[in-house]
Amino acid sequence: MLLIAPSIVFMTLLFGWPMVSGILQAFGGPEGLTTANFTRMGQDPYFWSSVGNTLLLIVVMIPIQFVLALAMALLIRAKPRGSSVYFYIWAIPLAVSDLAAGLVWLTVFTDRGYLNSVLASVGLEPVSWLAYDNYASMFMAVLIAEVWRATSLVFVIVVAGLQSIPKDYEEAAGVFGAGFWDRLWHVTLPLLRPSLQTALILRTILAFQTFAVALALTGQNFPLVVGETYRWYTGLQDANVASALALVVMAVSMVTAVGYLKLLKDQSEAPR
Amino acid sequence: MSHATTNKATAPAGRPEPEVDRRPLAKRRRNRILLQVGCILITLFMALPIYLIALSATSSRAALQEFPLSFIPNNFSLETMQTFLQSTGILGGLINSVQVGIFTLLLSLIIGVPAGYAVARFAFPGRDPYQLFLLFTRALPIVVLSVPLAQLFLQTGLYDSVLAVVLLHTALALPTTILITSSVFLGVPRDVEEAARIFGCSPVQAFLKVVMPMAIPGIAAASIFTFVMSWNEVLGASILTLNQRTLPAQVLSSLAESPLAYRFAGGFLLVIPALIFIFFMRRYLTNMWGSTIR
Repeated sequence: MLLIAPSIVFMTLLFGWPMVSGILQAFGGPEGLTTANFTRMGQDPYFWSSVGNTLLLIVVMIPIQFVLALAMALLIRAKPRGSSVYFYIWAIPLAVSDLAAGLVWLTVFTDRGYLNSVLASVGLEPVSWLAYDNYASMFMAVLIAEVWRATSLVFVIVVAGLQSIPKDYEEAAGVFGAGFWDRLWHVTLPLLRPSLQTALILRTILAFQTFAVALALTGQNFPLVVGETYRWYTGLQDANVASALALVVMAVSMVTAVGYLKLLKDQSEAPR
Repeated sequence: MSHATTNKATAPAGRPEPEVDRRPLAKRRRNRILLQVGCILITLFMALPIYLIALSATSSRAALQEFPLSFIPNNFSLETMQTFLQSTGILGGLINSVQVGIFTLLLSLIIGVPAGYAVARFAFPGRDPYQLFLLFTRALPIVVLSVPLAQLFLQTGLYDSVLAVVLLHTALALPTTILITSSVFLGVPRDVEEAARIFGCSPVQAFLKVVMPMAIPGIAAASIFTFVMSWNEVLGASILTLNQRTLPAQVLSSLAESPLAYRFAGGFLLVIPALIFIFFMRRYLTNMWGSTIR
């Protein structure tokens, strides 16, 4: 008991206290409790576009990441020559921050960047990928940067999950004539469910927190919810609205996490 | 047998005809090639951007103005990096970042290792809620903490100091530290500890002399992880500081009004620790993520 006491005290101080005061702040105003902060938040022209962008990004990004990560993990498991080098390189983005990832891809997508250099050298017109009136390409740039950065996390979790599955099951299925896709769908994926589940929860919650990628790539042209919190706090100096936004982010993350848990639990308890 | 192991990376291949003997071999070779092609494609996607930012950051300003840009490092120069490092706030930010990282690491070890040990060894009352609490805090977005903490720190005079960021980062890293260390301690057999007790060690001695040495590699992994988390965290650090920026916070706050060369150099400097970190950690990565998250 003595051993965990410091951690409990510390966590309560740094999680409990700010959370309570954060909630108070979000509802606080010059004269007592109010929802004015939320109204102001909702009236901000950037707010709804940031919500839309965040959701769109998550909905498109998560499936791509899971398919890619699964493919990567299966490739690694097939033990190609040099697989340890591949594993190293594929895992590097795991330790790259979203700000750094944004800056890395800025070298590619900026007007006089590498992508346009390639286009120019094959004789095509350069494109302003990150211009504010070019929403689709801006979205693609943010999407690619995020897929690049965050797929590694899913990849590592899936590799860990694959390691814990005995190869016998798959070989047995193979002996009985199951092809590659059958084995993947009926044997490997069900056994991977716990890993995929944690990866899914973790990735979605983290995806809500993405903001610096978009900031580094597009400035304010592609607002994301957490980026808006940052803008309200540092740019507009309004801590109350920033708290309100933070609360929205928290509520959405919590709802998603609980939703996933409910959804996946119901399914996984049946076979047991 | 060979059928079961060869066509892992490709679509279902046709049924092997009995009369042809060489087919499986050819198929095996084809699959190996396809496997390598897949690996190389993904490696290109993962490594090329890192190469490009390294290239940009080590090109001279004049070379960065050229268009189309060259993909080959033919005019290597440290000019861009030097200019970046000499810009206001960068060197200070670098020092702050390292300081914050190290103090966060130490503080989260001091608080987290005993807790991890307790979770691994003792069935204390309320262990399950405690673990649930840790999972919950892990899921909490940083931004929820940062804004109220900034207000609290303003009142207590901690605002805009290294300590403020250290406290926030420790709070963020602590759940992970506890979970990783507890899984590390679970890997140290209880018998060893009991043997040490029988030979006359006190509980503390048994822990320090027997358990710790066996747990050190895993704990080192956890600490590097903490350091990198702190190095990468940008939102909280930018909200909690004004002049004592960490490196990412400094880069972020001057993003809008800085030239491209500055951003490339900043991006490269931020990526370097990732290269080193993953290199040393690559063996531990699957253990860490595999065992701790569940």
